Amino acid sequence: MREVAIVGIGQTPVGEHWDRSLRDLSVQAILDALDDAHIARADALYIGNMLSGELASQEHLGALVADHLGLAGMEAIKIEAACGSGGAAVRSGALAVASGQQDVVIAAGVEKMTEMSSNCTTRYLASAADGDYEAAQGFSFVAINALIMQRYMYEHGLHKEDFAPFAVNAHANAVGNPHAMFRRPITEAQFRAAKPICAPITLLDSSPMADGAAAVILCPLDRAREFSERPIRIAASALATDTVALHDRRDVLFLQAGYESARRAYRQAGVGPDDIDLFELHDAFTIMAALSLEATGFAERGQGVRLAQEGEITRRGRIPICTMGGLKGRGHPVGATGVYQIVEAVQQLRGQAGDNQIEARRAMTQNIGGSGATIVTHILETMD
Amino acid sequence: MDIARHWRLRDQRYNLQGTVCAGCGHKMFPPRVVCPECRSRKIETFEFSGQGEVYSHTVVYQAPEGFDAYVPYVAALVRLEEGPLISAQLTDVNVDEVAIGLPVEMVTRKLTEQEENGLIVYGYKFRPRF
Ligand SMILES: [Zn+2]
Repeated sequence: MREVAIVGIGQTPVGEHWDRSLRDLSVQAILDALDDAHIARADALYIGNMLSGELASQEHLGALVADHLGLAGMEAIKIEAACGSGGAAVRSGALAVASGQQDVVIAAGVEKMTEMSSNCTTRYLASAADGDYEAAQGFSFVAINALIMQRYMYEHGLHKEDFAPFAVNAHANAVGNPHAMFRRPITEAQFRAAKPICAPITLLDSSPMADGAAAVILCPLDRAREFSERPIRIAASALATDTVALHDRRDVLFLQAGYESARRAYRQAGVGPDDIDLFELHDAFTIMAALSLEATGFAERGQGVRLAQEGEITRRGRIPICTMGGLKGRGHPVGATGVYQIVEAVQQLRGQAGDNQIEARRAMTQNIGGSGATIVTHILETMD
Repeated sequence: MDIARHWRLRDQRYNLQGTVCAGCGHKMFPPRVVCPECRSRKIETFEFSGQGEVYSHTVVYQAPEGFDAYVPYVAALVRLEEGPLISAQLTDVNVDEVAIGLPVEMVTRKLTEQEENGLIVYGYKFRPRF
């Protein structure tokens, strides 16, 4: 297997793009990534997306986007793993390069969530859960996360206010990210006063529905300097699964697939949690941020919230998370999110994170599909 | 639209019919054809009693399409007395009374009415035990 590097990145601003279609957003992000790598074409495209069929009446995204890039002819397919689609697309691209089947590959993610009313989008998002036994009972995706949060608070003696530092940190970091949806800080008082969606989860525990696309260009590591002055090495890529339904988990308070994919990633990279300088995790809801920190070894069981309360997740803390705003502040265009995480980690490692710059040589990303059924972990490193 | 799907789920929706592993005795709801504990494919049907207690709960204020008319409603994970957790709504209960550990029992109730074809979908919910 060949080693793989990231040599180009592109992203659209995240937000409500009433005037932009699925193909417009995809093409813009990918053209920016190709320009960043100083190339006009690639050998293959893997595009992560969850709901284009339901929300934009468009499937067959691989061929569609390749066509509109002017690159019809190349291998191109859509990769779907619910909200983990973007991370899965990057992993598919990395595997294609590592195997020697493809040389220069585009891994992208796109989602267009504002085409329909929000209750309609809420219904389709619930298709990431068990359709017959969760969604059919009137369980939204938020409701499923609320069930986890309620039980977590009960077992660990916490109050919902204790989760505020996750949202406050995400918004504080989004201020400095020109691509973020919510470029404004929030206070703990605002967090406490927020309106419930599915109690105890409120609007300020939740990442927003949004439109957006992001892309990276991958190539064999030994050719990376042809395309970039600051190539970033993919030190690890791992994907693991768990039961789709929350009720089928052995332990509803532990992300087993998060643990398993992180364990494989640490082994591939030959590192542990202490060697990671920043962590772009999947804060779709504040509870998911806590569980992700616990699954990856940054906190003991039940201690993820305490880590946040002690300020260790900020840009100056022991393990900075959501350094460009996370899902909460940047926005969560579901199938694109995993690629935004990779793009942001590359910005940090290249020294291109502007006001949000952290001294970092090694970054980790973790992208979660459903309530934890698919979890993709990547570790990226600088090459100097 | 999906009438066949609702018909197919009738034994689960009305009778809590799941499965039990003939190899290791593991009880499953929803039903499965492979035991997740021992990989045995010797699986038999098993009807759950419908008795359980609340394991976790939430009040839904913003519902998915098809359930808007019922907000606020309580969604819960119920620990069935035979072992499995089940995802179901609670009914005949005040929101303030709901707590982890509350003993509940299964009842049959309307889940939703489908606007497009007028189909009324019935299934299990759980109410406090007296
Ligand atoms: Zn068994």
